[in-house]
Parts: sequence; structure tokens; C-alpha cells
Amino acid sequence: MTIDLEQHLRQRRDGGRKLLVVYLTGGLNNDWLDLILSCVDSGVDAIEIGVPFSDPMIDGVAIQKASQRALEQGANPLQIMKDLHQLDVPVPLVAMTYFNLFHHSGLERVAGWLVDGGISGVIIPDLPLEESTPWRDVARPQGIATVQLVAPSTPQDRAEVLCRESEGFVYGIGLMGTTGERASLADTARLVGPRLKALTTKPVLVGIGISNPDQAAEAASDSDGVIVGSAIVRRVLDGAGPREIGAFVAGLRTALDGR
Amino acid sequence: MSIMSHPDETGRFGEFGGRFVPESLVGACIEVEQFFTKFWADEEFRQEYAEILSSYAGRPTPLTEAHRLSEHLGVRVFLKREDLTHTGSHKINNVIGQALLTKKMGKSAILAETGAGQHGVATATAAALMGLKCRVYMGEVDVERQALNVFRMRLLGAEVVPVSSGSKTLKDAVNEAMRAWVSEIDETHYCIGSVMGPHPYPYMVREFQRVVGEEASAQFERLVGGSPDVVIACVGGGSNAAGTFSGFVDSPARLVGVEPEGGAAIAKGSPGVVHGMRSQLLQDEFGQVEEAVSISAGLDYPGVGPEHSYLASLGRAEYRCAGDEEVLEAVTTLSRLEGIIPALEPAHAVAYLLREAGKEIPLGSTVVLTMSGRGDKDAEVVAKLLADRLS
Ligand SMILES: Cc1ncc(COP(=O)(O)O)c(C=O)c1O
Repeated sequence: MTIDLEQHLRQRRDGGRKLLVVYLTGGLNNDWLDLILSCVDSGVDAIEIGVPFSDPMIDGVAIQKASQRALEQGANPLQIMKDLHQLDVPVPLVAMTYFNLFHHSGLERVAGWLVDGGISGVIIPDLPLEESTPWRDVARPQGIATVQLVAPSTPQDRAEVLCRESEGFVYGIGLMGTTGERASLADTARLVGPRLKALTTKPVLVGIGISNPDQAAEAASDSDGVIVGSAIVRRVLDGAGPREIGAFVAGLRTALDGR
Repeated sequence: MSIMSHPDETGRFGEFGGRFVPESLVGACIEVEQFFTKFWADEEFRQEYAEILSSYAGRPTPLTEAHRLSEHLGVRVFLKREDLTHTGSHKINNVIGQALLTKKMGKSAILAETGAGQHGVATATAAALMGLKCRVYMGEVDVERQALNVFRMRLLGAEVVPVSSGSKTLKDAVNEAMRAWVSEIDETHYCIGSVMGPHPYPYMVREFQRVVGEEASAQFERLVGGSPDVVIACVGGGSNAAGTFSGFVDSPARLVGVEPEGGAAIAKGSPGVVHGMRSQLLQDEFGQVEEAVSISAGLDYPGVGPEHSYLASLGRAEYRCAGDEEVLEAVTTLSRLEGIIPALEPAHAVAYLLREAGKEIPLGSTVVLTMSGRGDKDAEVVAKLLADRLS
């Protein structure tokens, strides 16, 4: 039985915990499932699984490279979901990918793959709310939450609609730009929490550009938590294994716990 | 109403088009749509645009009857001479329009992707003319094979950024331009170079290229009367073809778009979503976008503008392919019979004409073919490939 994304995150948040979600590219290395396990052991609250796409339009260099490498090694959405099926973890899995992979194989069919993989929710950055109805109509009955993203450039009335329509949690985009590490936390990232938490009781997570424990703690201070992607993926590309990744994630956890 | 009027409120031509962009870009696309809608209905803006096209860009361009080619083929061929515009291709028509809009939006910079470099050169030119900062993204493969245009862009004051991701061609230049745009939407307009991308670009760019077809149909009417039997244009993203077709779509003329053999999104692709639009796309079994392979940097693209997918689905336009070898033949033939050295892109249209005259194109037909650009930029590539044949 897949975990209900919103319920899981709400419970943890309401228990006074800052939420930590990390991103890993599916099929990147032979040990990618071990990377997931070590992240779980280090205290993440959910895992984002990047399903590699040939043209990751909103991703920076690290995730581009990881996607390309995974594709060269033969990664595909069906196999990734089959691999995830073997996995038994106590936190929800969220698939992040681009819409063409859904469109091409068929919405019903892909929803079936995701359910088999134990996926609780999806983030599809090139599927804005206006284009999302056909997919959401397929996903909702299958228990798959479709997360909406809110950007710093999103006008207030639109942000309200996105918060209302978002399922699982609200993804507050920390900065105007692609995914990727930044030397310092963007001013816009600090504003996400106050702005969106005034609009919704759903968990509000800040993602994009969050690169280290200090930035994570700062971004989480006024929000419900953070999503860290490129900082992890870049380390994996540089050769980090489950142990090193586990240690990095543990550092993020400690910072979020204020210890 | 014309088949080529405007898309629906979601930006769709039939089932194709739409606006599949990240939330960070939704507002910017809406802004472009609002400004375009407002100013395209504004008589003063239209006049300003037309004035620059005539006094600066060299419009109207002639419709040249290709006498020797006609005699050679047994069909009567007219060439719409976009190669004679300032900067040497139809790309300038679109760019002047978008650069004017950039000013209206109060933005100070413009960015573009380019394949053959013609759109990049046109953008750099319009930016210089209107005092805008300009940056152009270009795949590394194209930087090499269109070196002349890289130099022209830099001379015109533009920054050229080589793109090393993916196939290192037009597709990846689009990705990189989109990525850059996200972080500078307040001051920068993204000037897409063809009838592709998220709404309103496919519609807007076609409107800015409409002048090609409108001029050509009026000129044909004057020279011959009535409408031609066949209208031919090459298709990369499809802007010169869309502009051309818009002038003939309501006539009985047969419309033919010619794609490269290795980048035939309509002939060999299936519906997909990339670069903000739903359209025909070359992709693998899981929906990964495949790389196009063509001698022509400007057509080396695995997708196509959504309106072409729509016209194809209706059967109103037909899409055919031309291969690298026959394209090179076409360059030589047109050069020697008409004294016109075509760019490799329109040479695809010529190749189709040479192959099909007397077959798909019955003897005695009248043909309008859009000569979308001149061949200077390709001289080096063509020289290498034809080295052993020309002496
Ligand atoms: C001369 C010329 N023709 C055609 C094209 C292809 O573009 P489109 O299909 O948008 O007309 C290009 C693109 O670079 C070009 O330079």
C-alpha cells in the first residue's frame, strides 16, 4: 500500500519536525537503490526520484548530467518503477520528471507503472496547472498526488489557486532559475514560507538552489521544510557512494533539527 | 474563417500547441501574449513594423520567375526571394516584430537560440538597431559548421554562448535559452526563431512571417493571375513555411513542406510534448527525444511547429523529405541555372522540386517556392562536400 503523501508530511510537520526531501536520479548508478536506503536511514521525510528525460528544460548542469548518464546506461521509467517495486521504505516516494514521458506512453499506463513502483506523488515541472487536468483525472483515483509548484514570479491570485489545487504538498520554488547549487540562499527563498503558508495549511516545502545545511536551516525557518537535489546529485556524479551521501543527508537533518 | 487564423484560448491548433512550460515561465508567456495581442491589433504598431521592414530590411522581396530552371523541369517556377532581405533570410521578419515588442514591454535585452545562425544574426541585428542587449545560444556543432554567422553575431555586438549539452544542436540551444530566460524574465525577452515553443510563440511568429505569403500571393496574382498549383517551403521549426502557407491556405494551391530526411518530425515522428508545445516529435519508445541528423543546421531539429502538425492532420498541407545528397545537388543546380546560391535549408525545397517535377508536380504546373535564405553561410560546408565534384 503506498503512503499518502500529504497525510504523511502533515503528521510529521505537525509533530514539530522540519521536513527534508532529497532528490536522486533513478538509474544513475547500479547502487542507486542503496543511495535511497542511506537517505532514509539519515532521516529524510520523502524521496524525490528523478526519472531521466532527454531534455530537462528546467534543470541545471548537475541534473542534466545525471539524466544523460542514466539514459546512456539504459534507464527508462518502466525499469525504474520495477526497481522501486523491490524497495520497502517507510517514507513516500515522489517521481519528478517531464510530461512527455507520460504523454508518450499514455497516462493510464504510466499511472499503473507508478503505482507498481510505490509512488505517492509526482512533480511534473513542464505541466502547468492549465495543462494538468487530463493527468490529474487519471492520477487522483490511483492515489497519486500531483504537486503544484509556485514560483517567485507567480502572482498572488494565481498562487492562491495553485495552493488550493496542489496535492501532497506545495512546492515553493526558491529562486527564478534552474535547479543547481548556489553559493548563498536566494532572497526569494526566504520569502516562500511566509508567503505560501498564509495561503494554505498544506505542507510548504522550499526547493531549488538549496545547497548545504546552513541554507537548508535558513529556508526551513519560515516554511515546513526543504527539497535538496543538485547538491546530492553532484556528489553522486563526483563518485560519492551511499555512505558519503548518508553523511551529507545526516548533516542536513541535524541542521533542520536545530541541533 | 481561414484554416490559418488563430489558435484557441489554450494556444492550440486543433490538438497541437498549448503552453507546457514551468510555472516560473507561465507569467512571462502570458505577458508576451498580452503585448502581442494588444500591439498586433494596433494600427500604429503595424505601420512601425511595416516601415522598418521596408526601409531597413528590404521588403517587399521580389518573386522571381526562374526561367532556366522552369525550362529544365517543365514546370513554371517562381522563387520568393527571402534571400534578398537584410541579413539574408526570412528570419529578420520575425525578429523585427519581436524586437519592437521587447521595447513595448519595457525590456532591455533579448535572447535567442539559433541553429544555422540566421536567426541569431537577425536577432543581433535587430538588437543593434534598437539598442537592446543580445545573447544567442548555439549548439557547439553549429558553432563550428556556421562559423561565419558566429562571427557576424559577435561583430554585431551579441554574446554567443556555445551549448555543449545533448546533441549540441538547435534542440539543445532551445533548452539552454529557456533556462537562461527563467533567471532574467524581468529585463529580457526570449525571441524564439520559429513557429515553435509555448503559446503565443507559434502564432506570433507565424503572424510576423505572414508577410512572406501575403506578398507572394499578390505578386503571383499580378504576374500570372490566380493562384499557383503548388507552393513549396522547407520546414525546420516551420516559420518560413508557415508564413508562406498563410498567403495561400485559402486558395486551391497544394501546400508542401519539405523536412530533412534525418529530422522529419511530421513524416516520421509522433505526437509529443517538448519545448513548451505538443506537436509531432521524433522520439524513442519511452518518449525520449531523438536527435535529428541533417546537413542543414537550420533544419536539424527533432520537432516542428504545432500548426504544421495541425495542417498535416487536416491534410491541408503535405510534408515530404529531402536527403543530404539530393540537397547538395539542388545547391549546384540552382546556382548554375539561376545564379542563385541557396542556403542548405531552402535547398531542401529545391531538391523536392527537382525530384518531383513531372511526378508529384505535374508538367506544366505553376510553383511558388520560398527561397528562405542565401547560401553564403554554408559556403565552407558545401565547399568541403563538393570539393571533388567542382573543379
Ligand atoms: C535560410 C533558412 N531557412 C529556413 C530555416 C528553418 O527555419 P524555419 O523552418 O523556421 O523556416 C532556417 C533556420 O535557420 C534558415 O536559416
